[in-house]
Amino acid sequence: MAIFVLLALVPPVAHAFDNAFLITMFNRAVIYAVAAVGLDLIIGFGGMVSFGHAAFFGIGAYTAGILGTHAFDGSDFIFGWTGSNDAFVVWPLAMLVAAFFGLIIGLISLRTSGVYFIMITLAFAQLFYFFFVSLSQYGGADGLSLWDRNVIPGLDLYDRDTFYYLCFAILLAVWFLLSRLVGSRFGRVVIGCKQNERRMRALGYDPLLYKLTAFCISAAIGGLAGALIANHSEFVSPGLLHWSRSGELMVIVILGGLGTLVGPIYGALALFLMEESLVSFTEHWQVILGPVLILVVVFFRGGIVGFLSGAGKTTVKSGGDHG
Amino acid sequence: MLLFLEQLLNGLQFGVTLLLMASGLTLIFGIMNLINLAHGSLFMVGAYVGATAIAHGSGFFLGLLAGVAAAALTGMVMEFVIMRRLYRRDHLDQVLATFGLILFFNEMVSIIWGRQPIAMDPPAFLSGTVEIIPGAPYPAFRLAVIATGILVTGFLYFLVMKTRIGMWIRAGASNREMIGALGVNISLLYTLLFGFGAALAGLAGVMAAPFSAVQSGMGENILILTFVVIVIGGIGSIRGAVAGALLIGLTDTLGRVYIPDLMRLWLPPSVADGAGASLASMMIYILMAVALAFRPRGLFQTHG
Repeated sequence: MAIFVLLALVPPVAHAFDNAFLITMFNRAVIYAVAAVGLDLIIGFGGMVSFGHAAFFGIGAYTAGILGTHAFDGSDFIFGWTGSNDAFVVWPLAMLVAAFFGLIIGLISLRTSGVYFIMITLAFAQLFYFFFVSLSQYGGADGLSLWDRNVIPGLDLYDRDTFYYLCFAILLAVWFLLSRLVGSRFGRVVIGCKQNERRMRALGYDPLLYKLTAFCISAAIGGLAGALIANHSEFVSPGLLHWSRSGELMVIVILGGLGTLVGPIYGALALFLMEESLVSFTEHWQVILGPVLILVVVFFRGGIVGFLSGAGKTTVKSGGDHG
Repeated sequence: MLLFLEQLLNGLQFGVTLLLMASGLTLIFGIMNLINLAHGSLFMVGAYVGATAIAHGSGFFLGLLAGVAAAALTGMVMEFVIMRRLYRRDHLDQVLATFGLILFFNEMVSIIWGRQPIAMDPPAFLSGTVEIIPGAPYPAFRLAVIATGILVTGFLYFLVMKTRIGMWIRAGASNREMIGALGVNISLLYTLLFGFGAALAGLAGVMAAPFSAVQSGMGENILILTFVVIVIGGIGSIRGAVAGALLIGLTDTLGRVYIPDLMRLWLPPSVADGAGASLASMMIYILMAVALAFRPRGLFQTHG
């Protein structure tokens, strides 16, 4: 659990080095980690390789963005409701909307499996991407500025440290709940469906029901992460739903370690640290990242977590920071 | 009516481009069980090399050849260095490694050619129009693209169904171990097949270049549409690829033209144009969802 200690220490260390940007950067990694932990539930445990998870990320972000816009200018959103800025309204709603679309996408996509499933989820994400690109009422391709961050009574979400620790707490909660979930009877059934669907059916379970539920949970977590990223960057755009974003989320999961739940947190940190350090080195950093990914896939099966546990449980650079 | 026929031809031309992409991708998937996201990168390589050669005065056919050869060569190197390590891996690993390849190629292209899109003109001898339907002049280059696509698909069908190599390919698709045991050099066959699929992608790239900006990332737009095509058609099936490509090409082209018009019938024009455009760009994905709701393994499902 060294990773959680490390993450908790980010703000004090950043202040010690008088580098507040570090907090912003790690905050982004924490938010992506939330979405990636949720994605690990369906890829790692359910065997459902969703290549369209950015759709839920974007749907959550746009929920926050659209409700915030109406709350700001007091215009009518729907049925006389003028949106909201209350995090306790917006964030659960972001999860609910994402879960709802997860239900629809899941219902159709889960009729298939394997490579069909990969391509279909990708195609659905494209559908939502083009939907938001042409949603000119809310900025279309240019995106939408969030005028105010969401409000939680007693907390100042504009404060870097506060917002960081809030996102960190959410990451901890998501990780903890999902860890409990995969250990529960429900989780065992989902894992069973990955291993042998026919046998699960013979045991009297309906695989579709369990897989669909897991898919919706994962979508809801993606929606929550989307609402957080909207608050973090105070800007929402179709770029959040771009197919490469879905790829990035998958990369985070695999890089960290598939089916470990804690792995995606390592993965998010590794990816963002790699990105930041390569960017300072060359603007064409992706030309290095690409081959690194290939090497990881070909040679480091099991990702960072697999590597760490394989190397005799050496503790990770504990307590230090990489920045 | 003339507009409709013209749009029909445009749809056919787009469908043919998709078909060239889809037949390579579906063959590679069918026989090697490999999902290759970087197939779009080969399309891009073809377009860039072709456009550059032509801009330097190679003439159209030499440029076309250069683009196709560059894509084929890139594909074979890709197969030799990376892909053959992935055949026995699961699809997730393949997606990830080829995602890495996309990042590499997109960035490499912008290092070599810069971030500005480059343009390519259709060749002079095909820059005119042909009046195949009286009263409706149609660009000769687009007709040539349609004709090339039909010819190449015909050749592909002949190759796969009537020749010895095609027999190996089909045999390999149904049982890899068996064809190896029969003494066919599988790894060579795979490299060649991969190169052939890449050549088709390169051909599609050069032929599509005059219609769209040649730029980094151009491969992924068409790659995702190609996925839709082969998912609708049924992965591994050439017939499915043909049906899917025509369906998607026509739906996309006709949708963009007619859906906004249709929406104007019951919506005010300002709303109709916006909603129509957005519905048009989502149309193919909706089509895919509907097709899959009824045929989860595609219209022409293959074995397995």
